[in-house]
Amino acid sequence: MRKNWWKILAAVFVSASVIGGFMGPVPVLPILNETIRNVYFHVPMWFTMITLYLISVIYSIKYLSSGKPEHDLIAVESVNTGIIFCFLGLLTGMQWANITWGAPWPNDPKLNGSAIATLMYLAYLVLRNALDEEQKRARISAVYNIFAFPILVVLIYILPKMTDSLHPGSGGNSNFSEIDMDNYMRPVFYTAVVGWILTGVWISTLRYRIRLLENKANKID
Amino acid sequence: MKKISLSLVLSLISFLGVFAQSDTVTTVMTQAYQVEMATGLRSSGKIWVVVSVLLTLVIGIYIFLFIIDKKVKNLENK
Repeated sequence: MRKNWWKILAAVFVSASVIGGFMGPVPVLPILNETIRNVYFHVPMWFTMITLYLISVIYSIKYLSSGKPEHDLIAVESVNTGIIFCFLGLLTGMQWANITWGAPWPNDPKLNGSAIATLMYLAYLVLRNALDEEQKRARISAVYNIFAFPILVVLIYILPKMTDSLHPGSGGNSNFSEIDMDNYMRPVFYTAVVGWILTGVWISTLRYRIRLLENKANKID
Repeated sequence: MKKISLSLVLSLISFLGVFAQSDTVTTVMTQAYQVEMATGLRSSGKIWVVVSVLLTLVIGIYIFLFIIDKKVKNLENK
């Protein structure tokens, strides 16, 4: 129970963000209307994804220096969980964009960047499946992962900020802090982000532990 | 653990139910804004019900996650 405090924290934070996200005050803006509350639910998906990918890269680097198969397993399962949050982010974003931007997939650099990034990480999983030899698979995919992460950051964060994007904080668009002048959205938003990140990490540790058990069972046979 | 979380959920739901019923302020407030928001609806439009439903979903999923966690732990200890 003592080791599980952060799991309870995840549940409490996400629940709190649901209450705060629906009941709290939001800026009154045209077009966005009440959909601004999606910030509390759509954006944390991406934050969780990038955190999980970051964990994956860290463990890929660790694998290359240590050669421990456990590190490789953590790297894979983090990506596996990250991809789920990535798809949740894409789907929720498309629903939101359909109403506020008029189309589920407007030609926006952030959307296209995230699509390429998604394909990149799907390619990582395909690459893994294509290699049979365990050590080779772990090593090559670790190197691929280390290259993929910086490109993801560039595609999702840097390039959209340099060009005109529909997303806040890009080009001439106002960013979050300008829209939310009183900063009353911030506490709810950060609660949601922390809650969802902890949830994502939790799910990936569960997957990792199941993988360890599977490996153990396979070795006995 | 299970009992505590279950009673927590139930007490939360009943607490929210009280809120959903108590307030009957009309939607006149919404007309004061040019941009339509759910300000008035939030008190009288039973948005609390939606919040309680979502909360039930979220807490339910987390209880499920805790049960999976426990199962994995039992397997690890075997």
